Amino acid sequence: MARSRTIEVGYLARVEGEGALHLSVRSDRVDRAELRIFEPPRFFEALLRGRHYSEAPDITSRICGICPVAYQMSAVHAMEAALGVTAGGQLRALRRLLYCGEWIESHTLHIYLLQAPDFLGAESAIELARTQRAAVERGLQLKKVGNEILRVLGGREVHPINVKVGGFYRVPTPQELKPLAERLDWAEAAARDTVSWVAGFDFPDLSRDYEFVALRHPNEYPMNEGQIVSSRGLDIAVAEYDQHFAEQHVPYTHALQSRLDGRSGYLAGPLARFALNFDRLPADVQQAARAAGVGAVCRNPYQGIIVRALEVLYACIEARRIIAAYERPAEPAVALPAPRPSVGHGATEAPRGLLYHRYELDADGTIAAANIVPPTAQNQASIEEDLREFAGSWLALPDAQLRLRCEAAIRNYDPCISCATHFLRLTVDRGAGDG
Amino acid sequence: MAERAAITVIGIGNPQRGDDAAGRLVAQRLRDHSLAGVKIIECNGEATDLVDRLRRAASAIIIDAAAFGAKPGTVRRLDVAAQCVPAGRARSSHGLGLAEAIELTRALGALPLPCLIYLVQGSVWEAGAALSPPVAAAVPRLADLILSETRAMRALSSLAGGSCD
Repeated sequence: MARSRTIEVGYLARVEGEGALHLSVRSDRVDRAELRIFEPPRFFEALLRGRHYSEAPDITSRICGICPVAYQMSAVHAMEAALGVTAGGQLRALRRLLYCGEWIESHTLHIYLLQAPDFLGAESAIELARTQRAAVERGLQLKKVGNEILRVLGGREVHPINVKVGGFYRVPTPQELKPLAERLDWAEAAARDTVSWVAGFDFPDLSRDYEFVALRHPNEYPMNEGQIVSSRGLDIAVAEYDQHFAEQHVPYTHALQSRLDGRSGYLAGPLARFALNFDRLPADVQQAARAAGVGAVCRNPYQGIIVRALEVLYACIEARRIIAAYERPAEPAVALPAPRPSVGHGATEAPRGLLYHRYELDADGTIAAANIVPPTAQNQASIEEDLREFAGSWLALPDAQLRLRCEAAIRNYDPCISCATHFLRLTVDRGAGDG
Repeated sequence: MAERAAITVIGIGNPQRGDDAAGRLVAQRLRDHSLAGVKIIECNGEATDLVDRLRRAASAIIIDAAAFGAKPGTVRRLDVAAQCVPAGRARSSHGLGLAEAIELTRALGALPLPCLIYLVQGSVWEAGAALSPPVAAAVPRLADLILSETRAMRALSSLAGGSCD
């Protein structure tokens, strides 16, 4: 009979959600790693049915307090696809600017307050603030610049309310964006300092041969648009998502796990975006990446913190560029045709990775069906594969340290506020006569 | 750093989640009193936002709904300048909640003085739910308590030769 060692963890700091991890060990190898996570988007899918399509951006933005823009953007793109319209020109640019704000605030929170303590031997961001006060101050100010973009464009910092299908309810004047440009000059310098700071951390020499999945756009680093591509040859339109990606139930978790063409887990998020779109980054960001010790492809999930910092730098540069070229559009949104029975797909790059939405609309514009696949659910299999491969070398550690190593490996993915682990209960089954 | 606002009252909560709205409702009541030298803010409790607001306050009073095992509607006062805040099961952004925000501000050497927290024990937290009757009854009581606190703070400030206006 298998004996199991159970470690109760009352509170997993610095990761959000609710979950548990079970490791099964045989012959000093981890043969199973099972992560249980809570996944509220399923609740929202039910909530969306029977509502008008125009309500989707505001309803879905409530799924996550950290990446509301991602939910709004995937929703509006899916609805616009269903209606057969495109918001181009400055409306498209403003959406990209809004996304820059979200990348800056979300990535910076994760880098400074959630993940950096793992590398610097600090128990928490609070302890880090005592030992590295200047760095934490910089992180807080940098995050605030991202929040400020959300406030100016989205109407408020959390759960923006200014986004609608077709564009915005109100678009800013160039004068309203000017203070942001000034803040972004400082933010770009702070982002460069962030890249240097995290590049100096000690990283475990652990990597895996991931199948990376991200959007790819003909001429820009992807946020709102592009083909869905993978490092193993996938290259499909967003509307073809369901033909290649399947969500499956696994017995130990409520969350559905995604699979690509029946293969093992794949990786979405900063490492994937970066590897598949390095050539779309400006030359000086590419140079910063090389100077930070990551080449065009990074397969070490712990170095994801460097890639996040590089994406913050890119978002600052891109936001500044968009503001410099901004001219207020005559209309805040494109005209929308009368609804018809239709299906719309949308996929955008949330800070933590690809976020897919699919909606079916009735003739009067009512949502008949909704499917939302958040990045953390897509990455769940990959998190388990990381733990299966990496945790074997940690098994001799005492329970508390083993738990911390597992938590840090999960934190590499920046699991979403609504989609991941908040209370990690770790159980280790070491098999008969062991443990 | 910019000059700190004299007294900042921060009502925390999600207005659409039952008793979680209590902090914000107290803040809204206080707005009706046009208190000179008192800045009243409502927010959702995101930790870095709270840190930012606390850093800009000379003294602060925070109002939040919480679960601390008491009878619904029970009010608890904490003087966090004098004691650390026990980190509980934080429910806000990425595991960083009110306790973490307070301690982070303290670690940065920027905690307002005094810094008081008024907690009200809630019982209903579901999305779309209304305030429970005990918490609804506690809201005006809390507003009165905060009014008394701000008066006391202003009086102390005057004695010390400062001015809140």
